[in-house]
Amino acid sequence: MNKFWIVFAHTYLTKIKSKSFIITTAVMLVLIFGLSNVTKIIDYFDDNEKEKVAVIDQTGAYFELFKNTAETMNKELTVQAVPNEKEAEKQVSDEEIIGYLLISEDSNGEVKGVYKANEISNTEVSAGLSTTLNQLKLQKVKTELNLTDEQIEALNAPAVFETVALKESAKTEEDLNQARGLVYILLFVIYFSVLMYSSMIATEVATEKSSRVMEILISSIPPIQQMFAKILGVALLNFTQILLFLGLGYVSVKQNLSELNDGFFSVFGFGSIQPSILVYAVIFVLLGYLLYATLAACLGSIVSRVEDVQSMIMPMTTLIIIAFLIAMSGLSNPGAGYVTVTSFIPFFSPMIMFLRVGMLEVPFWQVLTSILILIGTIGLLAIIGARIYRGGVLMYGSSKSFKDIKEALKMSKHS
Amino acid sequence: MSLHINHVTKKFGDFTAVNELNITIPEKQMFGLLGANGAGKTTTFRMILGLLTPTEGEITWNGKGIDYSTSSIIGYLPEERGLYPKLKVREQLLYLARLRGMSKNDAFTELQHWLERFKIPEYLDKKVEDLSKGNQQKIQLIASVIHKPELLILDEPFSGLDPVNVEMLKQAVIDLRDKGTTIVFSSHRMEHVEEMCEHLCIMHRGAPVAAGKLKDIKRSFGKKNIVIKADFNLDFLNEYPGVVKTKITTEGRILQITGEDVAEKILQDLVPRGFVRKFELEEPSLNDIFIEKVGAAYE
Repeated sequence: MNKFWIVFAHTYLTKIKSKSFIITTAVMLVLIFGLSNVTKIIDYFDDNEKEKVAVIDQTGAYFELFKNTAETMNKELTVQAVPNEKEAEKQVSDEEIIGYLLISEDSNGEVKGVYKANEISNTEVSAGLSTTLNQLKLQKVKTELNLTDEQIEALNAPAVFETVALKESAKTEEDLNQARGLVYILLFVIYFSVLMYSSMIATEVATEKSSRVMEILISSIPPIQQMFAKILGVALLNFTQILLFLGLGYVSVKQNLSELNDGFFSVFGFGSIQPSILVYAVIFVLLGYLLYATLAACLGSIVSRVEDVQSMIMPMTTLIIIAFLIAMSGLSNPGAGYVTVTSFIPFFSPMIMFLRVGMLEVPFWQVLTSILILIGTIGLLAIIGARIYRGGVLMYGSSKSFKDIKEALKMSKHS
Repeated sequence: MSLHINHVTKKFGDFTAVNELNITIPEKQMFGLLGANGAGKTTTFRMILGLLTPTEGEITWNGKGIDYSTSSIIGYLPEERGLYPKLKVREQLLYLARLRGMSKNDAFTELQHWLERFKIPEYLDKKVEDLSKGNQQKIQLIASVIHKPELLILDEPFSGLDPVNVEMLKQAVIDLRDKGTTIVFSSHRMEHVEEMCEHLCIMHRGAPVAAGKLKDIKRSFGKKNIVIKADFNLDFLNEYPGVVKTKITTEGRILQITGEDVAEKILQDLVPRGFVRKFELEEPSLNDIFIEKVGAAYE
């Protein structure tokens, strides 16, 4: 077998068997499973006991109506009458009821409600009571003013408001909402892959250097081959992990889709994923990863101790975070000038050009230009990086500054 | 089949690490490279391995240059020992052996053989970081010889080991030589070199100060030692012509002299003075030569 593939397979297999990888992946999988089944889990923990609320009706006119309306609206609520506040307070402290509502009328005949409970953090109950009271008031006003049901309906109906994009190719509001959710998730995927795996590569290289096994390695296989075998081995690891996450996420969301389709999850665009967005996602995850991984490998090859890795890759991490922040703020305004500009700058483009293609109709030449610039930068970085790597791995010392890049380049001329 | 280091010079900027090194290492021999710290030994090894390119001159094995295509016939034990601390001995050595072009099965057979030989077969599935330093060094040596290299480079192979382990590793290296491996090794320990190497080179500040066969180097060194034990006063030897150094011992003295003719004269002067218990003419030790060559070059 070619030495490149030996290093590639070795990197992949040792990493995938490592405890830290298995544990992180397992934790993430549990988290994803939990999130996608969140409603089921809440239901499971929710005791089906009915919540009891007392009502002190000082007007004497509303109780029956209130009880009926409130219990129909919230099936888990029982409303009972209590003669006075003292009795109600006693019941609250005995935990027979969770709270009580005081219904009164002021001098103008306006209905007023005061809800008292030990804890007012549970807004579900109080919100229900408030809505019920509103209804009562509406009924009262309706009878007083002699209004018909049609008139009430006309009053309540909101004005019709629609947004229409004039450009034919522009995305509709519905499309945009779907795209936003998907782009959001994929941006996170890019962000985490780049952040986690590039620092994994830097640490890996620094470990080999500090444990001095590097000297044996580079006498067996050219540093450049070794570097790229390692980068690709970790890339495959990354893809394995993402596939696991997305696979589980997709399956468990799909399972719950029938019940969730109209709710929260339809916003995330799981209903209809456009294949072109997925293709772009793969391209940009891959290119973004390669760019940062190559940079990370060079930086890792310069330090001699594993402890110095973090400070060495700090500037790189900052770049990733800036890119992510621009992308996040760009989500609500993808057409902004700074988004357009940064979508061509290599260290930002993997996330930001992806954001643009996901959210807007971007002319193909722009996407292509951005991808080509990205590939060009990766190529350039690979050439320089391979030289830094070659020199860096032979350099030992208290090196942890960027001056050492120059030293490493000088060293590589000797080899 | 020999290693030629042909007028090789290596400069790092203004600093000359190796200067005009010109040696031929015959095949199936053990060659010792001696030198104080910073003499250029490791740089020389890195050039032999192709990790560094000589500024001038060339290095050939078997008439051809050394690069990654020949890495399967070369074994290297670096001075700074390095293994993956978190990997098991088995994973580690199989990986390194396969990078040297061995098949997995062959590598495993060899690995078992070597672990048996070093009496540590139980470490096959232990992590390297859990082993003692001496045992790590055995693993390291196995890593450099597992693929049966034709040319083996050992940078300070016996440093930091207890005497029992030194003997075990020394014997293993000698066996490799007897099986036809060409071995280059560096050491600070003169007695190891004296014992094992027929050819050697002493380097000082990047330049060879003595090179060739051990016997020839000793002979051409000229100076010899005489050990004298006598019952009478030896003070007359203090200012004796031809005596370079004097070391006084409890029963007599050890003299370093410029040549055999001086020894003859001293013996003739001694005999009339009384009873001589011991008079012995000795070859200089490698240690004497090393101190002389390297020390002299300091001045």
